[in-house]
Amino acid sequence: MIDFWIILTGALVASCCGILGVFLVLRKMAMIGDAISHSVLPGIVIAFLISGSRESFAMLLGASLLGLITVFLIQLFQQSGVQSDASIGVVFTALFAVGVVLVSLNARQVDLDLDCVLYGEIAYVHWNTWSLGGIELGPKAVWLLGFTLLIIALIIGLFYKQFKLCAFDPTLAAALGIPVALFHYVLMGLVSMATVSSFESVGAILVVGLLIIPASAAYLLTDRLGAMLIWSVSIGIASTSLGYGAAVALDASIAGCMVCAAALLFVLAFLFSPKHGLIARAVRRSRLSQRQAV
Amino acid sequence: MNRMALEITGLSAAYQRKPVLSNATFGVEEGQLVGIVGPNGAGKSTLIKAALGLIPSLSGEVRVYGKPYKQQRRLIGYVPQRESVDWDFPTHALDVVMMGTYGRLGWFRRPGFKEKQFAMECLAKVGMADYAERQISQLSGGQQQRVFLARALAQDAQLYFMDEPFVGVDAATEKAIIELLQELKRQGKTVIVVHHDLSTVEEYFDSLLLLNIEVQAFGRTEEVFTRDNLQQTYGGKLAFLERERVSG
Amino acid sequence: MIQHIVAVVADPNTQWILAGCMLLGLCSGVVGCFSYLRKQSLMGDTLAHAALPGICIAFMLTGTKSLLLFLIGAGISGVIATFGIGWITRYSRLKSDAAMGIVLSSFFGLGIVLLTQIQHSSYGNQSGLDKFLFGQAASMIGADVYTMMIVCALLLTVCTLLFKELKLFAFDAGFARGLGYPTALLDQLLMLFIVIAVVVGIQAVGVVLVAALLITPAVSARYWTDRLGVMVVLAGLFGALSGALGTLLSSMVQNLPTGPLSVLSATALFGISVLCGPRRGVLTQAIRTARLRRSERARLRELSAGTMRKEAAS
Repeated sequence: MIDFWIILTGALVASCCGILGVFLVLRKMAMIGDAISHSVLPGIVIAFLISGSRESFAMLLGASLLGLITVFLIQLFQQSGVQSDASIGVVFTALFAVGVVLVSLNARQVDLDLDCVLYGEIAYVHWNTWSLGGIELGPKAVWLLGFTLLIIALIIGLFYKQFKLCAFDPTLAAALGIPVALFHYVLMGLVSMATVSSFESVGAILVVGLLIIPASAAYLLTDRLGAMLIWSVSIGIASTSLGYGAAVALDASIAGCMVCAAALLFVLAFLFSPKHGLIARAVRRSRLSQRQAV
Repeated sequence: MNRMALEITGLSAAYQRKPVLSNATFGVEEGQLVGIVGPNGAGKSTLIKAALGLIPSLSGEVRVYGKPYKQQRRLIGYVPQRESVDWDFPTHALDVVMMGTYGRLGWFRRPGFKEKQFAMECLAKVGMADYAERQISQLSGGQQQRVFLARALAQDAQLYFMDEPFVGVDAATEKAIIELLQELKRQGKTVIVVHHDLSTVEEYFDSLLLLNIEVQAFGRTEEVFTRDNLQQTYGGKLAFLERERVSG
Repeated sequence: MIQHIVAVVADPNTQWILAGCMLLGLCSGVVGCFSYLRKQSLMGDTLAHAALPGICIAFMLTGTKSLLLFLIGAGISGVIATFGIGWITRYSRLKSDAAMGIVLSSFFGLGIVLLTQIQHSSYGNQSGLDKFLFGQAASMIGADVYTMMIVCALLLTVCTLLFKELKLFAFDAGFARGLGYPTALLDQLLMLFIVIAVVVGIQAVGVVLVAALLITPAVSARYWTDRLGVMVVLAGLFGALSGALGTLLSSMVQNLPTGPLSVLSATALFGISVLCGPRRGVLTQAIRTARLRRSERARLRELSAGTMRKEAAS
């Protein structure tokens, strides 16, 4: 039963991250995803300090806010002439430093193990459950992730064409009157939500792996956006399931194994993808050169 | 007397401390094919982008059919430069053309059968119907440009802005593009094109805007395309002027 | 307050930490300039995360906690990481940001797996490794600082000797290749510098924050000058200053680690540079734009006044 909850949690994280990751990779914003997963730390701490407990929805709110602030600051510096990657670096490291300082200063009140923030502890997820009127509703993390997944699916589904156009050709989107900046912030807000919902299970820093790696593998497997989304979620779920299996067998960090499993699947896609894989490319090139020689 | 499709007054834009467009003022009647020419860095792309609000402007007013451009987006079509897009994006030609219809669909509606059919017609008009399902990274430069044009047609606009549509395309594509522009003109639409090739200006455009940060000259091509104006716009000797016989 | 600072500087314990942090800041600032110009600012973050498995393996193989061994381990995994990034960008349609993200998280994931294995096993004193995540500048001892000094001196010497090559390479790699420069070698050299700065920094400020010292001082320096030589010197200075401030502040308050304080000092310097920098500071820009707007409006007024006069005359 414990296994079931863990695998379900993993699948939910993979789904949330898989969907969002596709848009991050296509917009060349993979590292902004990395930045947000670090910079939500002060939001989590502040929410903790204000609400006095690990109340999930307060943390969700705090983190989403910080995620938006991060993106806002990155834009600010970019517009004032700082290179985009440097803007990202300056902002997220400063915010993460603030988070660490806050945790250190309030070590007694804040029941946040920093190591746990980094790589989570999905194995204990099933202990922290919810009960409503005496009925056991299951682990809190599952509810939180389910809620986040619902919001993500709703927003991306409702505004699919806007997200698609903003990712492909933001100039045309702006010319058509679509508020490109708004959708950018919405996407980043969703990434923040996904990060915080997932940090209890895989930790903030390993969320990046599940955001970027399955989506990148999917990018190499298909030329259709819709298919890319499906592939990304599938590969993510496969990674979390396989990773859990490996972790149990090797008695190792579950989150770490999940990311390693994702990396393995990525390497397979990189080498063997029939459309864009390394081997397929080499075969095509040798056929071309043979034809030319004739 | 035709209606004024576009009226720009005092449009200026700057990049850091240099002004790249200064006090652009001109009006275009509907049904015209207008070319914008000038040396590199003259602000040609900037003019279009500032007019559409894609970059911030220092000052100026832009009116489309008498109303501010923000209220008239539905009437405006835009073909940006090819580099503005990542051609590795997982999408195919028909899909790109359908994106031209998004402006009409509002916030929640998805493109449906009607939009798909219309997009196919637009692709056919540029001769790319057979490539509808082709991944865009597999298209040649000329084919990509045609897809962009089909997308602009799908916007079903009255006033079109095109940023260097003839760059890097083969002769057949160039001919196809100019025929398309003529067709648009016959339908009473207005097309404003940033152009890079002086040798074809007289053949392609009714009116001409000579731009070098400031508007150097604007009017009917045969009146404006003179040696003096070109010299003033481009500054110094132009090989082109030596080669061709330009009316003095 | 001044008395306290003097006391801190005079204390032999803090002297090591102060020296170490300042050296670290200096090195990172200098190296960071080149990676900033090559638009590879986030490479430091990537390599810092990628160094973890190398450090763990070095520990697992030798069982001892020694900075030199960790340097070598981190260096090797860092170099493998850079190859990985290169392969992904060259042989697939993924762009460099995705490549960095993939390498960063997979190597780090592997590192976490190894780290937890070490923690569970009977390897005893592994607490040294834990500190790599957040840094433990306070545990810097003389031997560590000596190693850092030698490493930093070497790094700075090479940078000075190869300054014009690095400058051209950072500006226009294609042209440099045309002149016959071994650009692939220079690329690897810069990567190696970043790896060195990262490894030296990890133990002081931790994996996540070491990237800050590579990025923030360099970007701050950019706001004060357009000349590379001046930028490099300023960046080194800002870095060293951040390290010093971090150490001093940390000594004044209980429980506050040096790492995040150094980063926040660097960010504060960045903030000041952004506002007041003579080259592109926000204030200077605002003044410039306001002036431009005023002069444009004045010109337009003159022009329309001139036209009205002409019309009135005709």
